[in-house]
Formats: sequence, C-alpha cells, structure tokens
Amino acid sequence: MARMKFICDAERCIECNGCVTACKAENNVPWGVNRRRVVTLNDGVAGEKSISVACMHCSDAPCMAVCPVDCFYRTDEGVVLHDKDVCIGCGYCSYACPFGAPQFPTNGEFGLRGKMDKCTFCAGGPEANGSDAENAKYGRNRLSEGKLPACAEMCSTKALLGGDGDVVADIFRTRVLNRGKGSEVWGWGTAYGKPVQTSMATPTEVKK
Amino acid sequence: MRARAMAGLVGALVGALVLAACGEKPQTLDAKAKGPDAAPWSASASSPFYASDWKGGDKAAWEAQIRTRNQGQNDYAR
Repeated sequence: MARMKFICDAERCIECNGCVTACKAENNVPWGVNRRRVVTLNDGVAGEKSISVACMHCSDAPCMAVCPVDCFYRTDEGVVLHDKDVCIGCGYCSYACPFGAPQFPTNGEFGLRGKMDKCTFCAGGPEANGSDAENAKYGRNRLSEGKLPACAEMCSTKALLGGDGDVVADIFRTRVLNRGKGSEVWGWGTAYGKPVQTSMATPTEVKK
Repeated sequence: MRARAMAGLVGALVGALVLAACGEKPQTLDAKAKGPDAAPWSASASSPFYASDWKGGDKAAWEAQIRTRNQGQNDYAR
C-alpha cells in the first residue's frame, strides 16, 4: 500500500464546512483549534474556488525539520504525528508549515500556547490504539478501526479525498478526464514534491 | 570586630547567591518522542468502532478494507 495522502478538488468544494464539522466532532477538538478549515479564493467573485486545508502529512515535513525537541514522527503509512508529552509549545512548526496546520490553544490567558495540536489523519498518537489516553490527547484513531479520516468520508460532494495516495490520485485523474478541466491539485507539489518525470522511451530506444 | 565578621559573612552569602546564577546546568534533551505504537491493523482490545466488515489483526484484510473505503469516495465506480 502506498502512503496516505489528502487531495482537495477545488472544482467540487462548495465551502459547506462539513469536513471541519466532522473533524471537530470526531476528535472532540476544542474551541480555538481548527485542525481543518476551508479557504476560499476570490470570495464573492464569480469563479471563486474553495479548498479544504489541514496537515497534508508532507513527504519531507518542514515541521519535523524545525522541531527543537524532535517530537514528530512518521508512521509506516506516511502519516506525520507528534508526541504531545514531548512538545514544548514553542511554535516553530507553526512558522515552518506552508499549510498553517499546527494549532495552538488561543483561549485562556494571554500568550498561552500550550501543546501543539494538528490533524492526525484520524490516526491518533503514540498511545495504544483506541485507548482513552489516545482519544483524550489526539482524538479518534479511525485508521486502526479500518476507516479513513472522517473529513474525507463525510465530504458531501467528495471534493476532499483521503486515503492511499495512489488510489485517491486515480480517482482524481478519472474526474479530470471526465470533466476535461480542473486538474490543479492544490498543495500537492508543496506537500509531496513534484512528480518525477520518467522519460518516454521512443521505439528505437526500446530496441537498444 | 564582630560587626566586621558579620559583614564578611553577609558578603560571602550574597556572593554565593549571585554566583549561583553562573552555574552550568545540563540542557540535554531527555524526553524522546515515543513514536508509533502498534500498527493500525494490529488487533487491539475489541473495539466497538471497528468497521462492520473487518476485524483487527490482519494486515491484508486491513489494506483491503482501506481500499474498499477509498472506493467509497469514487463516485465513478458506484
């Protein structure tokens, strides 16, 4: 199985915020923390585009690179997670992330930062799968229940796709071919790097 | 004489307090991220939230389950 990835199809997103609500409800995310949010470009102008943004679980995650206490780790499925018992709430990851994914509690005393919180791809944290401790700190571990992230599975227009990178890319490709437009995949180049172009072998090259 | 000794003692105490700030304490990182626990397909205590047609503990079955859920997002395959 390939690594887990998110795709948001800007041609389909209707800015309903269902993904945001699903994430909040599934993971008991408190006020002031938005693991996922919908961003609208050219809001109010004809042809506006909306995209649902959260942690993209980057291949070469900048948050992991800058963390001074090395609290991040990557699972075998390519999900970038962090250990809240090690996080010191410095906020470096927040500055490094191109998607604005790391969240810090903003309610409470002035300047309070607390532990960083972000999308876990519904994969919990370092505590035992499905345990109360994991649920309290990181939210639901849907991957260990044989499910995909709640935001993607609840998306009413299926604009947000989450799961095996190869499969979601295939689903998106089929859509683009059928509708003949909207091939831009927001954030994919930033999160997963540019696709490697394999040179098309000409018949003569094949013979060699 | 006694006052001078007292002043010397107070001076020494103040000096000790001031110099205490110059101490070097180790700043090595002793906490490490725990890293991933069990793989997502590993069987945990029977969860009431398991997908209805999947039971934990089998990697191939978990991957098949994830593929099935992935295709649930594909409206061209319905």
